[in-house]
Amino acid sequence: MADLFSFELVSPERLLSSGKVAMVVVPGAEGDFAVLPGHAPMMSTIRPGAIAVYEADMTTLTRRIFVDGGFAEVSETGLTILAESATAIADIDPAKVATDLAAARSAGNEKAVARLEAMQAAVVN
Amino acid sequence: MASLKALKMRITSVKSTQKITKAMKMVAAAKLRRAQEAAEAARPYSERMASVMASLGATVQVGPESPRLLAGTGKDQVHLLVICSSERGLAGGFNTNIARLARKKMEALLAEGKTVKLLFVGKKARAPFMRTHSDLIIGYLDQTAIKNVAFVDAKAIADDVTSRFEAGEFDVAHLFFARFRSALVQEPTEIQIIPAALPAAAAVEAKPSDAAPAAVEYEPDEEVILAELLPRNLSVQIFRALLENAASEQGSRMTAMDNATRNAGDMIKKLTITYNRTRQAAITKELIEIISGAEAL
Repeated sequence: MADLFSFELVSPERLLSSGKVAMVVVPGAEGDFAVLPGHAPMMSTIRPGAIAVYEADMTTLTRRIFVDGGFAEVSETGLTILAESATAIADIDPAKVATDLAAARSAGNEKAVARLEAMQAAVVN
Repeated sequence: MASLKALKMRITSVKSTQKITKAMKMVAAAKLRRAQEAAEAARPYSERMASVMASLGATVQVGPESPRLLAGTGKDQVHLLVICSSERGLAGGFNTNIARLARKKMEALLAEGKTVKLLFVGKKARAPFMRTHSDLIIGYLDQTAIKNVAFVDAKAIADDVTSRFEAGEFDVAHLFFARFRSALVQEPTEIQIIPAALPAAAAVEAKPSDAAPAAVEYEPDEEVILAELLPRNLSVQIFRALLENAASEQGSRMTAMDNATRNAGDMIKKLTITYNRTRQAAITKELIEIISGAEAL
């Protein structure tokens, strides 16, 4: 049994998930980083991408969640992610993302394009 | 004295009004529960946000290079009042109380020689200002279509305020809404949203023992994070205000409608007594007429 630490994912509307996990890989603004128990306190912005949660031990990936950017804070008590919106990767429909992406491209909405491209990349992996 | 028929019609009318207020009360109670749940669900995020802001506030020095949302424009001339009210009436003193607080603030600012601009979220508080200070109103954000407040709605308002700030339309912004205490008590409240007040660094320093300033690593760095955090913090504050407002509105409406139902009940009782007395009087009069007619023979 690996060491666990507490992980919370919060959106403005509600507390999305909260529990003990073994490892979380966070898409930080300056690159992905993994958080393990006893991680040094840090704070980072997040780019749109997938959070990978390893619940029981560090080898089995249990959940992947797409977040639209936000903040990650690591403190002595654990990892807290403040995300503006979060969707489980399993719930994302790749076909819909593709059509949305095409629509955003033709509308010239750069922000939406970047977001949807990140989403598409997260779904493919 | 009103005729029997008029009285009967009056009673029916009050009865149907009572039915309406009763239904409104029950609807408000159901909506209040939902609004309260929404407000509670949103609490973790804003608490975390506040604690992050506090820890940043302890490390970042406010200087002229700080983001403008934090440092302000360096002036204190033009004030924007963002006034949140409801889109529907019949909510007791809810809208009036918010409008009154905002008016007090506005008059104080005007007396100091400041320029005031008004931005309304929800139309009900707007009406009293339309009559007296329509030249100060710079905008109205329609919330009619929104049933349950979502974060994107708050964000839209925050974006609107931020873009006005960046265009240099005002120096200081205040937000007015009703804080929800209980179904019976709602408190009209004012908070300053721009420049942001960092939740006192002193609060963090006050307990240095347990919040041992373990060197927190910032990525990319404090300034960048702060710059990203401030607009979010603004949205969160507005979101909270909208949620509290929604709960307050329903609470206020519930109380108002409960009172109205009770008053209608009292009125029905009184009218029924009058009706019965009038009917009795009419019967007695008829009897007297018959008897005295018989005696005269």
